[in-house]
Amino acid sequence: MSVLELSGVSYAYPGEPDALRDVSLTVEPGEFVVVSGGSGSGKSTLLRAACGLVPHFHGGVFAGRLRCAGLDTREHGPGELAAVAGTLLQDPETQVLMGTVRAELAFPLENRGFAPAAVARGVEEAALALGIAGLLDRSTHELSGGELQRVALGAALAGRPQLLLLDEPTSQLDPVAGDELLGVLRRVNEEWGTAVLLAEHRLERCLPAADRVLALEAGRLAFDGTPEAFLQRSAETPIARLFSLAGRPERPVTVKDARRALGAAPRAAEEPGPSAAPAPRDAALTLQRVWFERDAAILRSVDLRIGAGDTVALMGRNGAGKSTLLRVAAGLWKPTRGKVSASGRVALLLQNPGDYLLEERVDRELPAPQLEAAGLGHLAARHPRDLSGGERQRLALEIVLRSAAGAPAVVCLDEPTRGMDRGHKDRLARRLRELAAGGTAVVVATHDAEFAAAFAARTVLLGDGRPVADAPTADVLGGGWYFATQTARVLGAAALTPEQGAELITDLAVPEVPA
Amino acid sequence: MIYERRPSPLHAARAWVAAVWCITLGLVALSIEQPVVLGALLAAVLGAAAAAHAGRRVALYLAWGVPFALVIALINTLVTRDGITVLVRGFNLPVLGQLDITLEAAVYSAVLGLRFLIVIGCAGLLAACVDPDELLRAVRRMSVRSGVTAAVATRLVPVLARDARRLAEARRTVGDDGRRRVAVLRAVTSGALDRATDVAATLEVRGFALASRPGRERRPWSRHDLAFAASALALALLGILAAAEGWAGFRAFPRLGPALGAEPLLLAGALCLLVLLPFADRRGVGR
Repeated sequence: MSVLELSGVSYAYPGEPDALRDVSLTVEPGEFVVVSGGSGSGKSTLLRAACGLVPHFHGGVFAGRLRCAGLDTREHGPGELAAVAGTLLQDPETQVLMGTVRAELAFPLENRGFAPAAVARGVEEAALALGIAGLLDRSTHELSGGELQRVALGAALAGRPQLLLLDEPTSQLDPVAGDELLGVLRRVNEEWGTAVLLAEHRLERCLPAADRVLALEAGRLAFDGTPEAFLQRSAETPIARLFSLAGRPERPVTVKDARRALGAAPRAAEEPGPSAAPAPRDAALTLQRVWFERDAAILRSVDLRIGAGDTVALMGRNGAGKSTLLRVAAGLWKPTRGKVSASGRVALLLQNPGDYLLEERVDRELPAPQLEAAGLGHLAARHPRDLSGGERQRLALEIVLRSAAGAPAVVCLDEPTRGMDRGHKDRLARRLRELAAGGTAVVVATHDAEFAAAFAARTVLLGDGRPVADAPTADVLGGGWYFATQTARVLGAAALTPEQGAELITDLAVPEVPA
Repeated sequence: MIYERRPSPLHAARAWVAAVWCITLGLVALSIEQPVVLGALLAAVLGAAAAAHAGRRVALYLAWGVPFALVIALINTLVTRDGITVLVRGFNLPVLGQLDITLEAAVYSAVLGLRFLIVIGCAGLLAACVDPDELLRAVRRMSVRSGVTAAVATRLVPVLARDARRLAEARRTVGDDGRRRVAVLRAVTSGALDRATDVAATLEVRGFALASRPGRERRPWSRHDLAFAASALALALLGILAAAEGWAGFRAFPRLGPALGAEPLLLAGALCLLVLLPFADRRGVGR
């Protein structure tokens, strides 16, 4: 029996057009299925229908038939479906309900009337399986976003459901925590045989684990097939784009497959020496021996000079001091020691763009001419909360840029690409390059090597509160192991972006390796 | 509102026993008027907080309570017309007429403020040292939905506080001069509603609609459970006896009295001992 079976499912939220249109599909036990699609394509609605929130929680008009582990959602609500399908939604803060991790894992089991001994056993097993046994007695308020999401996953898995439904569970997490969560999901699928239905933007990370990909477009199922076939249809990952641009027929899913397809030739290409340093420009932002200390030293004697029109990516592991450096640079926090000077205003866009959006219509946040100039005129009548993550990020950036304090000399952005699809990332990179061309220095703290390669000429790598590398992006991201783009992982330091890689492959005329 | 598990006997005791102990301590304070005994009780509460590694948290609660205690004391002093030892004569206030400030009214008002502070201290101890999940689990055995609602509300407080801090920080980055306070308030409110909707959806997918009562947990009574239960019982009995026998006798009006005798001092000592004794045994306080 299929764990999930949709037959002609259509659904519209109250007062809105159809979010799902005549969707029919099945998910078999033990399958790992990735759901792809742009913002508003119906991914979240599909998952909410599978767990019974649609229509029982959201209301609206539902047609067709949906069975989850044999339970028809027209007759069984989310409470009953919870026994067969665990659900994990986007925001880690609202996925965890109780004050301690142990209570959180016990909650779904207690709701189902398990005896105390069975609850205790279920809690221990879920904690051990997800590697969160050490967190059991911790308060949930002191957990990081990644830990919260793992605890929520534990709660979703505590009753050993047959199907796990995940709606962009990594969208609010930094890439490191996101990778860890995807690793856990893969293990749950492989070792427990739990079927997984995962909606996710970070396709390059989750496709290697996937058996199938579903693509939704405007609420319709536009594709249902293998990851390779999906990448043939649309080159959604950097590696697939690399091969597509190079005119190659293969669409490798993993870096390993890509290397195998290309043979040894491109990696054997000479790695370029250090790039020539660009001509120095007038300083827009200077940090001189800046220290920032709370309980521990977060920044340690940072010296940094950023020129007008520079595009700088600030990278480093969690806790390396990236966000603190931006806050200190923007004057939000005062350095404990050292000096920060700027040639003008330093604008800062923090991690959560929703915090900048206070009004009920987009055109009340910014006047119409400014919206038009920023290419956001078509959103004028929308409510800011109805915008996609990428649209919110762009609107918040314009608000920060055009604040009453005047045009900035430096713009700092803190992790702006979290949860963004490729289209929005490309548009954001374009906008940042425009700003830099106009003489504004742009500094972006990011874990996203692909985004850094797309927009930054220079990359500063922070380690333990101070810059451990400061060089042209090609040098930092080309030779790295963790801090490297997918293209660089395939081709070595010779190319960072799919475009550069395709050029290299074409120039070297790498022969196709027979399958 | 934020509980953290610390290695202390009070944290190690089962939640409902620890909660009953904190509440009993507060009730004893409410039953006593003798300022010396109340002062000793406040010291005992602070001592208990320190022994539970929650001294700083409880001190913060008390610091928050001091202005309120002062307001209570001040208003009561002004509006009380009893007492014969006049300190200040002849305030003329609209509506209230002529007001005299008497020594007796001032002392009685200080007693009220002191009591208020002790109750705040007990509430601080409860918030800092009693596991809300375990406590609410006990409540859920009686009323499932009330228990879960309280648990979620408790959990949402720090989440919303973090939201508010983030929002304030974002306003500073755009040079907000405070003119958009209504918009900020609306954003905070609608953000809280969004959070509440998301939490409701999570409750649904965790099977809350089925909402069975949690089973009774057979957990052996630990030395700390027994110690705090015995302490609570003894505190309650001593409070009742003291009230019945007039050991903490205190008269504010018309003149302060009686003079401080041995009984209040003995009562103060006994109360301090009963409050602090359960903290003496620190075996098995870790988890």
